[in-house]
Amino acid sequence: MAEQKARLDRDVIAMRVAKELPDGGYVNLGIGIPTLVSGFVTEGSMVFFHSESGVLNCGPLAEEGHEDIDLINAGGQFLQPVPGMAFFNSAEGFAMIRGGHVDVTVLGAHQVSAKGDLANWMLPDRGVGNIGGAMDLAAGAKAVIVAMEHTDRENQPKIVQECTYPITGHGCVTLVITDLAVIRCTAQGLVLEEVAPGWTVAEVQALTGAKLAVSAQVKEYQL
Amino acid sequence: MAKGKVYPSAEQALADIFDGAVVLVGGFAGQGVPEALLEALSRQAVKDLTCICSPAMPRGRQSSGFDVARLVASGRVSKVITPLLEYPGANSVLEQQRRAGQLTVEVVPQGVLAERLRAGGAGLGGVFLPNGAGTRFEEGKETREFDGQRAVLELPIRADFALVRAQTADLFGNLIYQGDARNWGPVMAMAAAITIAQVDRVVEPGGLDPERVITPGIFVHRIIAAGGATGGR
Repeated sequence: MAEQKARLDRDVIAMRVAKELPDGGYVNLGIGIPTLVSGFVTEGSMVFFHSESGVLNCGPLAEEGHEDIDLINAGGQFLQPVPGMAFFNSAEGFAMIRGGHVDVTVLGAHQVSAKGDLANWMLPDRGVGNIGGAMDLAAGAKAVIVAMEHTDRENQPKIVQECTYPITGHGCVTLVITDLAVIRCTAQGLVLEEVAPGWTVAEVQALTGAKLAVSAQVKEYQL
Repeated sequence: MAKGKVYPSAEQALADIFDGAVVLVGGFAGQGVPEALLEALSRQAVKDLTCICSPAMPRGRQSSGFDVARLVASGRVSKVITPLLEYPGANSVLEQQRRAGQLTVEVVPQGVLAERLRAGGAGLGGVFLPNGAGTRFEEGKETREFDGQRAVLELPIRADFALVRAQTADLFGNLIYQGDARNWGPVMAMAAAITIAQVDRVVEPGGLDPERVITPGIFVHRIIAAGGATGGR
């Protein structure tokens, strides 16, 4: 049974995402798996993390006992100060996002559709939702990478033909990296590029709610 | 008026707040929160305040100070407008009051809130934003296309009061901040009839390098000096 096979863990997803970040690029990380990405930046590569809390060029998370109360990321975690940081206010922070100055954002998702629509701010019957800055990032970042588990807690596909949860942005997702696969969103639909070790293309398709085209170069998950 | 901005206490700076007032509250995830002002406001005899803040709820070790959740718990607030009511799963007093029908909550994307406030502060009639096009945040709003991209008209926000936190003020109300505790201070200070800044210290004119001033004093009407756990030292 496909359901019982081992899947990649959250750190491995984050590691795979980190390989997508351009050297010298400005990158915004969402909450959850995306937060882990900053720990896996390719050696020799320099990525400038943007946090809508108001800091550019965020350092890694602060060590216990060395927290600076005035230096946090968007998830409220303490950061280490690093040379070359810049602080800014919230309107400027979102001008950077909306104005197309951020190269990549990495976000979690409840659903991604065949057309690259993103739903990640509200689950029906769960309060008022958590829009935060997700809608601004979906609308403004040059590339939107979704980092998530391939299926939900009931093992239902999170990659679907049409999103049934409230939409964050239409056609904004460029790449989906899950615990089973790497899938590119193209004008022609979803293209399966990489599959987790031990998994077959057919098994990934069976847990995906939209038709996947299989890349001619499909390969094992690249770390 | 550029004079007489320093008030002896948070209570006196808030003495003319009124029922139904719209109040902007600075701070992000517990950082840069005007704790002394919020605590004083919770003791004022007012009700039905509308609180606009982002996000309302601090988390973890930053939540020790007085925050919007505690202001809401005091029963002064009937409506909150925010991008993030609470971190998922927190089940704070905010969510409890909302479920009980005591608190109205309006969710607004964070960058939309920022631009609506900036439009309010800058005297603009509104702004067209790409955020939310084709989503439920577009419902009931005018839309237009710019370079083939649909944008949604968002209206300015002007508030009665803004409560912000900065590190240092001079007597004329010029403010500097510390770290990313700056967050909402500069934009909220512009968008209210009366902006009250809680600062760690007040200096004489000349005590701040004008090249480093982030919020010019024209946006700041009242200042109180009060120390605390967050928002600069």
